[in-house]
Amino acid sequence: MTTKKPAQSRPLSPFMLGQYYRFQWTSLLSFGHRITGVGLALGTALVALWLIALAAGPATYEAVAPHIKAWYGQILLFAWTWALMYHLCNGIRHLFWDVGMGFDLKTAERSGYAVVVVSIVLTAAAWAVAYLA
Amino acid sequence: MAQFSLPQNSKIDKSAGKTFKAPAGAKKVKTFKIYRYDPETNANPRVDTYEVDMGSCGPMVLDALIKIKNEVDATLTFRRSCREGICGSCAMNIDGTNTLACIKPCEDIKGDAKIYPLPHMPVVKDLVPDLTHFYAQLASIEPWLKTDTPAPTRERLQSEEDRAKLDGLYECILCACCSTSCPSYWWNGDRYLGPAILLQAYRWLVDSRDEATGERLDALEDPFKLYRCHTIMNCSKTCPKGLNPAKAIAETKKMLVERKV
Repeated sequence: MTTKKPAQSRPLSPFMLGQYYRFQWTSLLSFGHRITGVGLALGTALVALWLIALAAGPATYEAVAPHIKAWYGQILLFAWTWALMYHLCNGIRHLFWDVGMGFDLKTAERSGYAVVVVSIVLTAAAWAVAYLA
Repeated sequence: MAQFSLPQNSKIDKSAGKTFKAPAGAKKVKTFKIYRYDPETNANPRVDTYEVDMGSCGPMVLDALIKIKNEVDATLTFRRSCREGICGSCAMNIDGTNTLACIKPCEDIKGDAKIYPLPHMPVVKDLVPDLTHFYAQLASIEPWLKTDTPAPTRERLQSEEDRAKLDGLYECILCACCSTSCPSYWWNGDRYLGPAILLQAYRWLVDSRDEATGERLDALEDPFKLYRCHTIMNCSKTCPKGLNPAKAIAETKKMLVERKV
């Protein structure tokens, strides 16, 4: 007779998203919400840095401004604009869930598509206004 | 803290997998890649490859597993009972999502069929996870009718409308597919109750005959037990019975707000 091993020595079954558990449209968007949230928190710190530079006078601002105008600064700003729009739209989707609406799988998937499309449209609109106005 | 990789003793040993070829003359061969773990050796888990002749096999994944166990490798271990989606024993991770092997057609799987135990659970052997903690969590929500009023001389009656509130809840077979599909449950399963148990909790919250609603809500009002649900919806997507635990959890959260206003 073999002695029973304690539960701690038992292996943990594989679970990683993507590798062992297929990404679902809904889980992908949920992770997107979390990641854009983290991105926005970091972005806010950098925007604050920019504002501080602005307040500190022309010399400091001159040192910071070229980075924002450079290609990498523009890419980051564009990414943050989309992150903000996505987080905003998906936040509204969460508000509907909070009142118990939109849980039907079809509706949840459609509202997810809507969030992605609307966030892209809003991002494009914001940049169009910034560059064309 | 969220954990993204397997502990040392759980990593799959890619070199250890064995391959069992289909018998000569097999016409319709499907390859099954199945997670194996033998507690009687000190070896890490591995993935064995079985080629099954579908020409002489039933249509469901469970049929293939039984065929392998009967004809190819008797050491393959899995739970099964009813073979018609009502007992919940054969819940496992098939082709990247959790479902019941007995109602998952092999035909629906494109390419090789990858079969693992339910995710992020301690493995007893092969496809058999240890559900002790899951059952303890079920017991913790006291899933039975609680009343203070004296028992009537006959059944406790319920209107048709009140009975209808239990539809979509009573059908749950506690297979644990949903809970083990939930990233929140993977990472906080020690304290977060998970979708299956929360659906059960809601089943008693909305039962018009139950008189412990307040007490049940008090027990759930906890940052971990209930509020680790972030509406990822893997639970509702994967439920082999087509139930919607995400909705039941949202309704529970609503009840907690509504009793305060």
